[in-house]
Amino acid sequence: MTAAATQVTQRNPWVPEWAAIRSVHQEVRGIATYDLAFCDAAAVESYRFQPGQFNMLYVPGIGEAAISISSDPHSPGRLLHTIRVVGNVTQALARRRVGDVVGVRGPFGSHWPVDTCRGADLVIACGGIGLAPLRPVLYHVARHRADYGRAYLLYGARTPADLLFRDEYAAWEAAGIEVSTTVDIGDDAWRGNIGVVPMLFYSLRLEHHRTRVLSCGPEVMMRYVIFESLARKIRPHDIYISMERNMSCALGFCGHCQLGPAFVCKDGPVFTYREMEPYLHVEDL
Amino acid sequence: VAPSYLPIGTWVRIEKPGLQSIVDRLRELGYRVVGPTLGDGAVVYGEITTVAEMPIGHIDVQDGGYYRLIKTDEPSYFDYVVGPHSLKNYLFPSQATLLEGIRADGSWQMRVPDPPAEPWAVIGPRSCDLHALRVQDRVFLQDRFVDPAYASRRKRLFVAAVNCRRAASTCFCHSMNTGPAVNEPFDLAMTELSDRFVIEVGSEEGANALASAQWVPCTIAEIDEAQRLPRELAREMAGRATSAGQTAGRSSTECAVSDGSVSHGRHLETAGIRELLMSNLEHPRWDEVAERCLACANCTMVCPTCFCSRVDEVTDLAGESFRRDRSWDSCFGAEHSFMSAGSVRRSIRSRYRQWLTHKLATWIDQFGTSGCVGCGRCITWCPVAIDLTEEVAAIRSTAS
Repeated sequence: MTAAATQVTQRNPWVPEWAAIRSVHQEVRGIATYDLAFCDAAAVESYRFQPGQFNMLYVPGIGEAAISISSDPHSPGRLLHTIRVVGNVTQALARRRVGDVVGVRGPFGSHWPVDTCRGADLVIACGGIGLAPLRPVLYHVARHRADYGRAYLLYGARTPADLLFRDEYAAWEAAGIEVSTTVDIGDDAWRGNIGVVPMLFYSLRLEHHRTRVLSCGPEVMMRYVIFESLARKIRPHDIYISMERNMSCALGFCGHCQLGPAFVCKDGPVFTYREMEPYLHVEDL
Repeated sequence: VAPSYLPIGTWVRIEKPGLQSIVDRLRELGYRVVGPTLGDGAVVYGEITTVAEMPIGHIDVQDGGYYRLIKTDEPSYFDYVVGPHSLKNYLFPSQATLLEGIRADGSWQMRVPDPPAEPWAVIGPRSCDLHALRVQDRVFLQDRFVDPAYASRRKRLFVAAVNCRRAASTCFCHSMNTGPAVNEPFDLAMTELSDRFVIEVGSEEGANALASAQWVPCTIAEIDEAQRLPRELAREMAGRATSAGQTAGRSSTECAVSDGSVSHGRHLETAGIRELLMSNLEHPRWDEVAERCLACANCTMVCPTCFCSRVDEVTDLAGESFRRDRSWDSCFGAEHSFMSAGSVRRSIRSRYRQWLTHKLATWIDQFGTSGCVGCGRCITWCPVAIDLTEEVAAIRSTAS
């Protein structure tokens, strides 16, 4: 009986591509960045990604985890994943060494609107490891600085020791991105802001009609980023958020990442607030 | 004079025992033939070689949380309605290996298991089941990615569908526009009359399956009768819904009368259902149903469209081999929405709401169709007789 299949000749989407760990860089406590190099030359050649997309990383015998890509999309040969150790797969990844091989499926999902934001002012508001999926945007903006108006990075972490990519802030500043940081708890050396990320909006002068907000972090943080954005009359479709759900197949098959009508793995992870508004404030949805 | 081949759209009749020749022919063509069988007190699909294995004379009586088989003296093959199994069990099996690998000379060798060599031929799916098949096609074949295992099984599937001439009290295909008359593609569509089957040929493979059957072209009167049966049933189902209505809190079984027909039935008002449910996400009825729901996941297991699955990593102690096994999962489990920060849907209230709103509302956003085909399996196999038609009606009656 004929099925109305679109086509079945595409690559089996369940099969990962093997990649070797080229380097491991310990960023902060519990978070390390892995540089992966595909073993197959054709995969090296063909692999491209957009800022904000993610891969499924696979450790044989352990399982898969969805990890966003934290490197520059203009240099797809350098494929970085910044990983916080939280579950059994990320723990297993933390035990891998340079030269070990892991599986990669991807890239998956929607991406940050770097193309449609040309000419706009950008507020990149993120917390904790939420900076990792936005770092590709920072690289892109720095590389194409003239394409964008003002650009702000508002970034917060638990303590100064938890601030990711600290050695790159100067380069981003030099590229014309204003970097503001804040922490929940300071230490003796900290002279910066104490408080939550949305608070950093108070130091900005924004023209609402030309501002785009790109946010990734804990959901509660993003809710207040949205609140501060809306309070400044930034339009719901100009606020972009990256949602996290249980993405276990990344193909829209397994059903785990559903959030209202969305499969976060293929319709997201990047959504506009306008798309998410009906669902973001419903508890336990 | 009978033609020697059967064009698509031809109607033929065979004597009832002639069904065996179709089974034989399908086996000859290389199919593994699946048909209704008796198992654990229910009509379940199983591989068959003779029609004697089919539940001849059995009818099912179904209601919320209730399923019983009755043996009658009628020589009917298909007067049971639907059991807990559906085509999903064959195209998207409850357990299957996606990938396997071994470590050889320090590197991983990976392979995708071969799809089963023999295709399935399934005898007995109803109109609702064919609609459910199309719903799952949209998930596994027609969305962004194609699931290769599903595609392989699906492409070679043979379906001998059956037009219903009975409905269970749990059936509401008339509400979902999914039956009872078969109106989706099939290889053969059979209608059972008192002493014969009237069969419509739906594909060349269907004609091929009739090659050794003693078929006779149908008379106009026979075709009329075969088409009238599901039409009358549809009318009866629509009528009983309006006469009996939705009676919340009824005792579940006493309405079923001994001949298996029913004095009440289900109906689901689908007008504006997406907006109704999505604008009532905080309706008190979710709390009420959560008091009864056991989160046992039975409804999702028997649902012919539910597609959630999980992948488990199976490995040996030495870590020298792995297997990635996919099995059915359910949104009623706490792990379903698990993230590093904990489960998103912590309460049964939130999980029942997810299931119902997905099935009847957000499925429409995702796939352009309802996720419900009105087969009523979730009502029958719910141990506490939760009835989605009743839940929707309750929300509708006090919607905000």
